[in-house]
Amino acid sequence: MPGKLKVKIVAGRHLPVMDRASDLTDAFVEVKFGNTTFKTDVYLKSLNPQWNSEWFKFEVDDEDLQDEPLQITVLDHDTYSANDAIGKVYIDIDPLLYSEAATVISGWFPIYDTIHGIRGEINVVVKVDLFNDLNRFRQSSCGVKFFCTTSIPKCYRAVIIHGFVEELVVNEDPEYQWIDRIRTPRASNEARQRLISLMSGELQRKIGLKVLEMRGNAVVGYLQCFDLEGESGLVVRAIGTACTLDKLSSPAAFLPACNSPSKEMKEIPFNEDPNPNTHSSGPSTPLKNQTYSFSPSKSYSRQSSSSDTDLSLTPKTGMGSGSAGKEGGPFKALLRQQTQSALEQREFPFFTLTAFPPGFLVHVGGVVSARSVKLLDRIHNPAFVGIMGNTRSYKLLDWNSFNSDEPETRDAWWAEIRQEIKSHAKALGCHAVVGYSESTSICEEVCILSASGTAAVLNPRFLQDGTVEGCLEQRLEENLPVGCGFCHIPYDELNMPFPAHLTYCCNCRKQKVPDVLFTTIDLPTDAAVIGKGCLIQARLCRLKKKAQAEANATAISNLLPFMEYEVHTQLMNKLKLKGMNALFGLRIQITVGENMLMGLASATGVYLAALPTPGGIQIAGKTPNDGSYEQHISHMQKKINDTIAKNKELYEINPPEVSEEIIGSPIPEPRQRSRLLRSQSESSDEVTELDLSHGKKDAFVLEIDDTDAMEDVHSLLTDVPPPSGFYSCNTEIMPGINNWTSEIQMFTSVRVIRLSSLNLTNQALNKNFNDLCENLLKSLYFKLRSMIPCCLCHVNFTVSLPEDELIQVTVTAVAITFDKNQALQTTKTHVEKSLQRASTDNEELLQFPLELCSDSLPSHPFPPAKEHLESASSNSGIPAAQRATSVDYSSFADRCSSWIELIKLKAQTIRRGSIKTTVTVEKASPMGEGNFRNRSAPPCASSTVGVVKMTPLSFIPGAKITKYLGIINMFFIRETTSLREEGGVSGFLHAFIAEVFAMVRAHVAALGGNAVVSYIMKQCVFMENPNKNQAQCLINVSGDAVVFVRESELEVVSTQQPTANCQPSCPGGEVTT
Amino acid sequence: MTSELDIFVGNTTLIDEDVYRLWLDGYSVSDAVSLRVRSGILEQTGATAAVLQSDTMDHYRTFHMLERLLHAPPKLLHQLIFQIPPSRQALLIERYYAFDEAFVREVLGKKLSKGTKKDLDDISTKTGITLKSCRRQFDNFKRVFKVVEEMRGSLVDNIQQHFLLSDRLARDYAAIVFFASNRFETGKKKLQYLSFGDFAFCAELMIQNWTLGAVDSQVDDMDVDLDKEFLQDLKELKMLVADKDLLDLHKSLVCTALRGKLGVFSEMEANFKNLSRGLVNVAAKLTHNKDVRDLFVDLVEKFVEPCRSDHWPLNDVRLFLNQYSASVHSLDGFRHQALWDRYMGTLRGCLLRLYHD
Repeated sequence: MPGKLKVKIVAGRHLPVMDRASDLTDAFVEVKFGNTTFKTDVYLKSLNPQWNSEWFKFEVDDEDLQDEPLQITVLDHDTYSANDAIGKVYIDIDPLLYSEAATVISGWFPIYDTIHGIRGEINVVVKVDLFNDLNRFRQSSCGVKFFCTTSIPKCYRAVIIHGFVEELVVNEDPEYQWIDRIRTPRASNEARQRLISLMSGELQRKIGLKVLEMRGNAVVGYLQCFDLEGESGLVVRAIGTACTLDKLSSPAAFLPACNSPSKEMKEIPFNEDPNPNTHSSGPSTPLKNQTYSFSPSKSYSRQSSSSDTDLSLTPKTGMGSGSAGKEGGPFKALLRQQTQSALEQREFPFFTLTAFPPGFLVHVGGVVSARSVKLLDRIHNPAFVGIMGNTRSYKLLDWNSFNSDEPETRDAWWAEIRQEIKSHAKALGCHAVVGYSESTSICEEVCILSASGTAAVLNPRFLQDGTVEGCLEQRLEENLPVGCGFCHIPYDELNMPFPAHLTYCCNCRKQKVPDVLFTTIDLPTDAAVIGKGCLIQARLCRLKKKAQAEANATAISNLLPFMEYEVHTQLMNKLKLKGMNALFGLRIQITVGENMLMGLASATGVYLAALPTPGGIQIAGKTPNDGSYEQHISHMQKKINDTIAKNKELYEINPPEVSEEIIGSPIPEPRQRSRLLRSQSESSDEVTELDLSHGKKDAFVLEIDDTDAMEDVHSLLTDVPPPSGFYSCNTEIMPGINNWTSEIQMFTSVRVIRLSSLNLTNQALNKNFNDLCENLLKSLYFKLRSMIPCCLCHVNFTVSLPEDELIQVTVTAVAITFDKNQALQTTKTHVEKSLQRASTDNEELLQFPLELCSDSLPSHPFPPAKEHLESASSNSGIPAAQRATSVDYSSFADRCSSWIELIKLKAQTIRRGSIKTTVTVEKASPMGEGNFRNRSAPPCASSTVGVVKMTPLSFIPGAKITKYLGIINMFFIRETTSLREEGGVSGFLHAFIAEVFAMVRAHVAALGGNAVVSYIMKQCVFMENPNKNQAQCLINVSGDAVVFVRESELEVVSTQQPTANCQPSCPGGEVTT
Repeated sequence: MTSELDIFVGNTTLIDEDVYRLWLDGYSVSDAVSLRVRSGILEQTGATAAVLQSDTMDHYRTFHMLERLLHAPPKLLHQLIFQIPPSRQALLIERYYAFDEAFVREVLGKKLSKGTKKDLDDISTKTGITLKSCRRQFDNFKRVFKVVEEMRGSLVDNIQQHFLLSDRLARDYAAIVFFASNRFETGKKKLQYLSFGDFAFCAELMIQNWTLGAVDSQVDDMDVDLDKEFLQDLKELKMLVADKDLLDLHKSLVCTALRGKLGVFSEMEANFKNLSRGLVNVAAKLTHNKDVRDLFVDLVEKFVEPCRSDHWPLNDVRLFLNQYSASVHSLDGFRHQALWDRYMGTLRGCLLRLYHD
């Protein structure tokens, strides 16, 4: 009997009127877990019932605890007819199963009905008593922590990063079951919600088991997705990175103690050597991790489809290539060999992380991606289709019996794709893929599976079975210059996988770097960047004929290479136009519709100091004899040049002038800018390699030979930069801005456009799509204008084609304000810093505080210098203009809210229950206690409803995350049969998204948290039928529930001594340099 | 290319104060957009009209969804759907319940029933306030009235508790409720010069001194209904003008005290009996509901207008009223001193407020 689940139903409020006669409700509650159901008494005639029930106890297996959601149904008692359901609450009790996470779930949950939306709230308390289970054959994986965050969570450190875990579960979609014809939409929706909840529980448990098998204790970068395949079923799949994490105990660890850098250096978390058979491992002490110390390599991934499918691409190991002339060479080769040995044992050396502990990422090769077009009808096992005769009737049977082998089909598909990715990475001389993600796009029975990532060489220290000699490690450290190491090519320059233009690194001048770099990861924290970054998007539509099955799939696969090529060209041109040389966070989404394909690529462009200055864009006409045409061309050329110059100014890109001699002559190789190695295949029997280089001609030359090309050039120039005061990026942090203030606003915006004409051309389509995206961005800038200066971070666009002529774009992002004055200062110092780096070899001194900071708090968004600056300036009482205004604001807000608080106090005496929430909130957020400073007075702290912040980022600016409470993974369906009455499609979806946010916040608050980080809306499927006055929407969101504490409040406790310690070594504000 | 769906949902609900005002003022989306264009916002922000249209629609939708909650402001505080900082919640509530001076003057003292709602069309035409805004304001009055009408305890406190209004606005609403339930006539031409503030001031004094709540704080409707017993008793004051000796004595006391202090002494002396008769008769008539309704008309007719026609300065009015009230204490034959004070104390305050051009 491994667990006892206890539930108490306390009260309800704001219930809807269910009895028209009395304008009241006779409510009672059913509490269901697994097959056990309890009921409360009926609380007669009240919209605010006080059930105050006993503790309902469920004695269950921990396997069930992981799989099943707790289901709470609120009903209206009816003596004569059936009881009417008011709504439901599903509570995922998984967070209660980890030892360090939440201990109790308690709070007000919105009561949700799939037809009516939120109908009142219910106060519930849930606890779990878990008994230790020593059964080694157990099926549960309680205790494995899950994180959506794609970096090592802030209050943990990575002992070992084990690697890729994946799993998928397939089931019949209740919406397509025969019973759906006779049951109500509500019943169908609820069956679906419950099923998906069950499936994700099961999936998570299975992934957890794999992690335990690998001797890890956590999954980081956990990404779970649903494929709604219609008739052929429902797939829930997940990928993640298994890790062994250690909780950082010291709460003040994030403050860099810069007085003793060398001593601290030895205590970087990664010095433990997991392998006992290594030679002397220096001063390190293998302390805590005895449990992990012997580690026979395991095959944890499904082997069914792998190993024998080694694709013909020969891996280029660095050994013996004879090319490395510089002293770093041999080490690099050695390192590569070791990494290889460490990684080769893994089937898929993939990492879903996008940000890494310092030193983890050694080199980055470039983006690798693979796509495959599949026909979903093939999924049916021919055996049973044959037996049943038609596809419809089999549903009458117990489908579980033959659905059981379906995951194998999907597994095989994904295994193929992963294998391709792996071989692409090998071709780039890399043994690992980081920033890895998978996605699908489904239209009718055609499905495009996509995977992409960044090929990379990793430091084996972090990988469980890596073996590295201590001394080698040491020397490598010295030879890898900070800020440019990851840019150096991992492949052999004389034996390159594709033609590339290489130069010596502009930073260290020792290693070769490519001229542009595309990656899917976040910008490494230590990367030397010049100026600011910006969001770059490539948008593309291609019409395709409507076709069925096989023909359709073939048509799509034929179009894909052209789309990829054009998307890539667009990205490259836009990057040049911005005067930048690298893309981070690249995400290319290809969406398939009935009659078109859409491609949308988003990335954050930056200027990496290590990479050469990008060349301009040249325009060439095909008919040079025509005078006016010539003139036109030169006019265009001028416009382009002006734009580049303007952008350089806008993004403050002013790289130091370097004379040619220093750099050395470029390797005489045809110019080429592709790092994007891709392939696609219909059934993956053959892999086609697409060379994205522009053949033999100079790629920066745009040839204008027809109107199409003209359009392309025009569209390049139509991208309007954001209004002044605004920046945008799709990565976690904006390069060049690092002094965030605490105001954040997460939002979701959805637009659907109907294409007007029936005979559309590709150009018109492109223009429509481009306008849609641009207008959407413009609207966002306008809406958020009160936050200026601010930056839109993690801008995530999703395109879907719900119907023939409809295009839907969904954007989720967070706007974060920053301090303009300090921004100028730091960018200046940043440039100075990079200048200094480039010119002096005395890097180590600079390097220490940087490393220390990020060590104690991996991938901390602020460089330490800024913190010093802040604490220094606040200590010495130099109030920035900004600070003064913020004081004003809060006092104004205080004034505004003071009387309302007064009234609320009064109101609470007559309103029971509301007091309860206040208490939980205060308990949850240990703020408000030590408000030493005026500016930190939170105007919201006194609200009866606790404020829960949501952000797609892994951090909260100006705050420290003290605790991770568990993963939030929620799936909702909303349907209406009175679309017009609910304000049309916009009113319907607006209300639904607001409700989803509310439910996420309520769950986080009930866990005792005050924020969701790494929040993502993974799916927003919207279908409408205006003629029938109906609409339906499915939304799937996830994130990590956390507790955060404002740094201003932490300072009170911890600043005094650390800053005092800092004084001798870094006095005053000069720390910045 | 037409936009089928266009929404923006923030984790913290965005409230644009300017758009909120336009919405409250009852403008349609297209009117609001053109008004915003005229405000020069496009030039300031570099936005396009389409962006403005989408933004306005979005805000209107949000306000529409919030309206349901604004009808019961405590719900706005406890609901979970919209995350709004308290200062913003206060602003939303306060603005929603704010009303136009022109509108309130039209409705003040009228029965808040459906019949009056039909007149809203006329009020809208007359005042230039959109019908939508008139509706909102009227519904607010009615809603507050319905909730606090039969409630025990202080009217202002009740309103504050149930509608979370600021002190100032709660007091205004108390006046509106008080006027509506006693149906004081405020619409006569004679009374047009009076502002809502004047009436609200009087209402507050009357609530404090003339209602049931003034004597007993444990009764229902204590602040809404006038103290019937007190009104009955007021008949007793009639002897002040009916008894000739008392009247003469009263006059001589006032004249002696004010001689040389009043710029309009002679006018006062000549008019004393008329004024005194007027004030006392108003009191005596208050037993009838009809006459209660005409209280302000009577006060203006019987006191304000005569004084104004003689060009009494405000200060002289004050001196006179003070002396007029105080002198009664020296009238030995008059036994209802407490009653007189309860009546005259309030009336003096009201008259001074009502006395202006």
